[in-house]
Amino acid sequence: MAEMEYGLSETQKEIREMVREFALERVLPVRAELDEKEEFPTELLKELGRMDLMGLYIPAEYDGMGAESMLDFVIAIEELSRICIGVSVSFAANALGADPILIGGSDAQKKKYLPPLAKGEKWAAFALTEPNAGSDAGGIQTQAVKKGDKYILNGTKQWITNGGEADTYTVLAVTDKKRGARGVSCFIVEKGMPGFKFGKKEKKLGIRASATRELIFEDCEVPTENLLAKEGMGFILAMKTFDVSRPGIAAQGVGLAQGALDEACNYARQRVQFGKPVIANQGLQWMLAEMATQVEAARALTYGVCRTIDSGAKDVSKLSAMCKLYATDVAMDVTTKAVQVFGGYGFMREYPVEKMMRDAKILQIYEGTNQIQRDVIGLSLVKEYAATKK
Amino acid sequence: MHIVVCVKQVPGTTKVQINPETNTLIRDGVEAIINPFDENALEAALVLKDTIGAKVTVICMGPPQAESALRETMARGADDVVLLCDRAFAGSDTWATSYALAQGVRALDKVDLVFCGKQAIDGDTAQVGPGVAEFLGWPVITYARKIEIKDQVVRVERVFEDGYEVIEAHLPAVLTTVKEMNVPRMASLKGRMRAKKAAIKLLDAAAAKADVNEIGLKGSPTRVVKIFTPPRKTSGVKVDGSEPLVAARELVAHLRNQKVI
Repeated sequence: MAEMEYGLSETQKEIREMVREFALERVLPVRAELDEKEEFPTELLKELGRMDLMGLYIPAEYDGMGAESMLDFVIAIEELSRICIGVSVSFAANALGADPILIGGSDAQKKKYLPPLAKGEKWAAFALTEPNAGSDAGGIQTQAVKKGDKYILNGTKQWITNGGEADTYTVLAVTDKKRGARGVSCFIVEKGMPGFKFGKKEKKLGIRASATRELIFEDCEVPTENLLAKEGMGFILAMKTFDVSRPGIAAQGVGLAQGALDEACNYARQRVQFGKPVIANQGLQWMLAEMATQVEAARALTYGVCRTIDSGAKDVSKLSAMCKLYATDVAMDVTTKAVQVFGGYGFMREYPVEKMMRDAKILQIYEGTNQIQRDVIGLSLVKEYAATKK
Repeated sequence: MHIVVCVKQVPGTTKVQINPETNTLIRDGVEAIINPFDENALEAALVLKDTIGAKVTVICMGPPQAESALRETMARGADDVVLLCDRAFAGSDTWATSYALAQGVRALDKVDLVFCGKQAIDGDTAQVGPGVAEFLGWPVITYARKIEIKDQVVRVERVFEDGYEVIEAHLPAVLTTVKEMNVPRMASLKGRMRAKKAAIKLLDAAAAKADVNEIGLKGSPTRVVKIFTPPRKTSGVKVDGSEPLVAARELVAHLRNQKVI
């Protein structure tokens, strides 16, 4: 049966094959245990680093694979997510942490911080969220006050993916209270800098293999050369970061949904009730048919957005919000249906689909809730049509 | 340091079929993989490359299709790969294979260490590693699970079912590796891209200076007369030994019944 032709390059096919192998050989045997024990996949990430995959999104001049291709990276995330998004988020969050440096960093900052990330020797994390600031980035309370050749940071970040595990953090803090979102700046903070501590590790509904921690800054001293771009550019950097990170979350949705579809189809073939495999029932076939169509549509949209970004297009906020919104809603829907296909067995932890359903929920929440995605898309439409109607 | 790893391509399934007429494995339509123990051998060599620095050459005797196994080893980090390939090698038993591989090793630049997997999962003889060492006239240490190299001496933990012994040998030497030695790495993206394009060095019997009377069917003293799946053993009789006198009587009765005594 023909598969969708997405015109992938040789490298992209190679990436798909190698990550699929890795996911099946290395991740599948441990995913239930990582979930059960809420254990960070340290060894798996190290191996992904050795396989050059941590450098997929980093240019060759900073020791990355130089592909500068969104799609290369997204394919890797998708294949990992097919088996476990707790692992794939730990992998992808490195890019989220590194993106502000890639987008707004000086050459010196890039030379210092990107090569160890590209080689997988160090990991990164992005720190925006606070108890009172998530979707509303203007509500950030962490402060950075300039003192001589240092900024002094004070405040608390919460729910930081890879918190405690990462070495390099891109942290948003207010440098000018009066200017609201325009008074936010972005800093590179290293693990071990004086006054930088980690708080509690969160217990979560899903993606339990990933580490989610508090970052605590108590008179944390950050050298002024670790300011990214200029003072006040933090919010813009964050938004540009989301433009290129949201397709990664979409890829998690596509992979997770595909994984759930795989499980559902295989189970439905084996499970015999009333003397025949349950897949022989039209009611179930229609469910699977809908799931398969949703997955392929989500993939097509996600790849299309990646290609647009790879072509060098500017202002991709609407498109990247669209693929994040659609693919993650699909993931929630398809994983829920997969549990239904499994019936009572689907509800049991012995089978993989209940974890998939628990995991899926976060995709509709992080990197901007799907309500925020609709806001982004809606606002873009307002601008787009205001411009054309004149 | 120059390390050579010998690998074999084997059928990647436990459900192998045997051709009843030729008594050989049916390889058509069966996915071929690198013999798993040879993957441990390769990993051991690559670890040495990473830690003390070495050139790693992988050698494989087999048909042209074995190229895929060699490319996989290159993707994982082997510097050079050599395919010992010649119709004259076909039908070699473990003796002729050991000879051919030893000739292959001789044809390479000065070699310090040869790694083989402890055995191949298709033939399960575990003879080729020691055989290669014999033809080369080098010491061999089988079932290595841990190695250390210092001043041209290799120190090896040689593992048994119930323990291990520590043995040293002067280089050059041949080692065969067990599964618990390491976890084979997965190939890197750069490695895979490089391996795709790399040229595979071919070594035929003449280039390996192999005596045609010592290789292939002609050079193989072993003849496989018959291959069959042994019938399942029925479970035996267990004699309770808590009362020695009773147990002994019962045992003797059984043996008499079976006309053993």
